[in-house]
Amino acid sequence: MSIKGKAYLVGAYEHPTRKAADKSVAQLHAEVAKGALEDAGLTKQDVDGYFCAGDAPGLGPLSMTDYLGLKLRHMESTDTGGSSYLVHVAHAAQAIAAGKCDIALVTLAGRPRSEGSSGTQPRSWGANLPDAPFEAPYGIVTANSYAMVAMRHMHEYGTTSEQLAWIKVAASHHAQHNPHAMLREVVTVKDVLDSPMVADPLHRMDCCVVSDGGGALIVARPEIARKLKRPLVKLIGAGESPKGQAGGKLTLTTSGALWSGAAAFEEAGVKPADIKYASIYDSFTITVLVQLEDLGFCKKGEGGKFVADGNLISGTGKLPFNTDGGGLCNNHPANRGGMTKVIEAVRQLRGEAHPKVQVKDCGLALAQGTGGQLGTRHGSATLIMERE
Amino acid sequence: MMERKIPAPSVNPENKPYFDAAAQGKLLIKKCGCCGEYHHYPRALCPFCFSDKTEWRDAKGTGTIYTYSVLRRGVPVPYCIAYVTLEEGVSMLTNIVDCDLDAVRIGQKVKVVFKPTDGGSPVPMFTPA
Repeated sequence: MSIKGKAYLVGAYEHPTRKAADKSVAQLHAEVAKGALEDAGLTKQDVDGYFCAGDAPGLGPLSMTDYLGLKLRHMESTDTGGSSYLVHVAHAAQAIAAGKCDIALVTLAGRPRSEGSSGTQPRSWGANLPDAPFEAPYGIVTANSYAMVAMRHMHEYGTTSEQLAWIKVAASHHAQHNPHAMLREVVTVKDVLDSPMVADPLHRMDCCVVSDGGGALIVARPEIARKLKRPLVKLIGAGESPKGQAGGKLTLTTSGALWSGAAAFEEAGVKPADIKYASIYDSFTITVLVQLEDLGFCKKGEGGKFVADGNLISGTGKLPFNTDGGGLCNNHPANRGGMTKVIEAVRQLRGEAHPKVQVKDCGLALAQGTGGQLGTRHGSATLIMERE
Repeated sequence: MMERKIPAPSVNPENKPYFDAAAQGKLLIKKCGCCGEYHHYPRALCPFCFSDKTEWRDAKGTGTIYTYSVLRRGVPVPYCIAYVTLEEGVSMLTNIVDCDLDAVRIGQKVKVVFKPTDGGSPVPMFTPA
């Protein structure tokens, strides 16, 4: 069974905060849920399915549903890191298609900025991890994990720091128009190369921001979506794929997007060239480049050429990406950027992106997430959405 | 010069032989008795054919750098993380140590050394051969 056309994204909301020192994580979840429901024109009583990931406090959805006061008949807490919320949208569509729920709420929220989180510090994933004894002693952190991917990509394909910098430059061109973005200053390739080296070959400006905040989505069955007063955004394809170290036979220059992307395109019945706007997970510049190649927007190894010279800038480039400024400039709430990727794709399809970055006749959009770490193991998820 | 404090690995019944050997200055690697493939990190069941006939073997302890990165910010002293592809054909996450970190290169030949951890078993790292 395909999920094509079985569900619509009827509500989307991004929390405006970037530093929430005076709020709790649960409160942020509630605020984004309220925002997304208001956006859809629905109420909390309409929700009968709830999806959350590891950023939600408590045992799966139990604490959050009790806190939010939800009465559910379907719940799920798949956690693939920052890509979880794309997986949730796809799974919500499956649940709707199977008759398990009618209106699904997906929430993400966190306050890593207030809590002092950094991409150069180890992150704990809990006890009993089989891989941790073979990795933690070596000081694997988020930044050097992705940096190893960049280093190998440069070695195999001749990708340069200048090319990677163009990804940040494009994001900054978009962020200048977003009043909520953490970094609104337009930067140049030279600015990126002159920023301090964090983990060779990634400079500080190759890295995303650390921000508080969150976002929420409402996924509903077609009959309900059509009764609401919002532009119709239909889910037409989805794919998900984990990728790891393959028992030591690892390849770091490809991501799970190779498989999740192919699955999503096949289900949607469209090609990369048909996509008018793409939200691409941008924890680091290299994350974007590898995913663009694996999704088929260019050949493997040619990502550097593809992103250079402003090709990702809305209005001038061939593939406008992350028009909210992305994780690189706007927001990376809870250190998980998948939610905001879907939200900006919904804005684009509705024609509700900032006028300076709105893609003309944006009828088809893709959102791509990569959670976990590209340098060790990650979960890739792809969504393709259509304006009806 | 300041040294990085190396976190001790969490030892469990499945990985204990590996770290016990490391304490003796030996690098072990798992080989499947059924499909014949090496794998790393070591598992009780082969990640390729799922056989439970996996065996510990002495690794040669030499390899080449597949990729690396020197972390320079947010840490008291820079260090080099890397994947080293062992002669047996599998890559392992490690550190490159006892050398000029600015001279580390992909493809460089390296050999194993063992470094003490903070209150636990020593762990294998690599240095230019």
